[in-house]
Amino acid sequence: MNSMGHSALLVAVMSAFTILLRFLPFLIFRKRVPPYVAYLGKVLPPAIIGMLVVYCLRNTAVLAFPFGIPELIAVLAVVLLQIWKHRSLLSILAGTAVYMLLVQLVF
Amino acid sequence: MRKRATLRRKTIRQAFVRSIPVMAGYVVLGIGFGVLMHAAGYGFLWTLAMSLLIYAGSMQYVGVGLLSGGASVVTAILTTVMVNARHLFYSISMIRVYRDSGRLKPYLIFALTDETYSLLCDGEVPEGADAEAYRFLVSAFDHSYWVIGSVLGSLLGAVLPFSTEGIEFSMTALFLTSFVEQWVRKGNRIPALTGLGATLLSLAVFGPERFLIPAMLLITLVLSLLRGRLGKEEAEA
Repeated sequence: MNSMGHSALLVAVMSAFTILLRFLPFLIFRKRVPPYVAYLGKVLPPAIIGMLVVYCLRNTAVLAFPFGIPELIAVLAVVLLQIWKHRSLLSILAGTAVYMLLVQLVF
Repeated sequence: MRKRATLRRKTIRQAFVRSIPVMAGYVVLGIGFGVLMHAAGYGFLWTLAMSLLIYAGSMQYVGVGLLSGGASVVTAILTTVMVNARHLFYSISMIRVYRDSGRLKPYLIFALTDETYSLLCDGEVPEGADAEAYRFLVSAFDHSYWVIGSVLGSLLGAVLPFSTEGIEFSMTALFLTSFVEQWVRKGNRIPALTGLGATLLSLAVFGPERFLIPAMLLITLVLSLLRGRLGKEEAEA
């Protein structure tokens, strides 16, 4: 844990910039949304979700033991469950449980 | 007066029903966040403040690392902008829906998380509901689940009898389920693959500490170049 003052400053900064991002389009495009921006608004969400998946797995060591095997198994569990049942909560709970068991008991 | 009260109760019920799918997810992910905060040495007031004031799940998970690592203000700003840039696009597509939201509009915009966006982005409101109150209540219910979950996690972190190692995978799992849901919708596959491919490439080139900004730029560039093709598909779909 770091100094309280600096931590409070970081929380304030994260809050302020998150709020700014959410408000900005409402302030800029009050009258009209340019077609290019509207296009980006449609195609970016799936791309960003893909980016966030990679971001979450960025520190997985695939060249050293356990070679990312726990991540691979847990990712497959989530994806297959989701394709099968389309119940997000079920997929998240089951996948996380699988991952926790793998990293704590198996690897 | 009486009619208004029944109307409001009905709107509350409709909003609550709509928010149920988010409830469990937010409580679970919130607990995960609270547990991580506790493990990093931050008590429940810190967790409460972050969940109330930032209210962005992935950012808060990333934020635990920023706090405990004593990141600089500049790093915190850049990371926030990169991780939350997608909110720009949620907001862009909600400009029309929220146009006549009146005095509750600032809160609606503040509370526009991935999940709340996914509940409200179609712009539909149940029959008989007051649109403004309904959207406000769905947003506020979701917000409260997140706050309750994270405070719970912070308190549980101190007493849980088992190791929570690996609980951070809940975040990965959340994005994976969104990814699958996006994938099955027509017209989303090329953008989704662009996101995966560009980020993997960027990770390979720039390493795990600074690949996010190049990845965002590359994604925007590729999608802009594909506009002729994807924009047309969009018009046909």
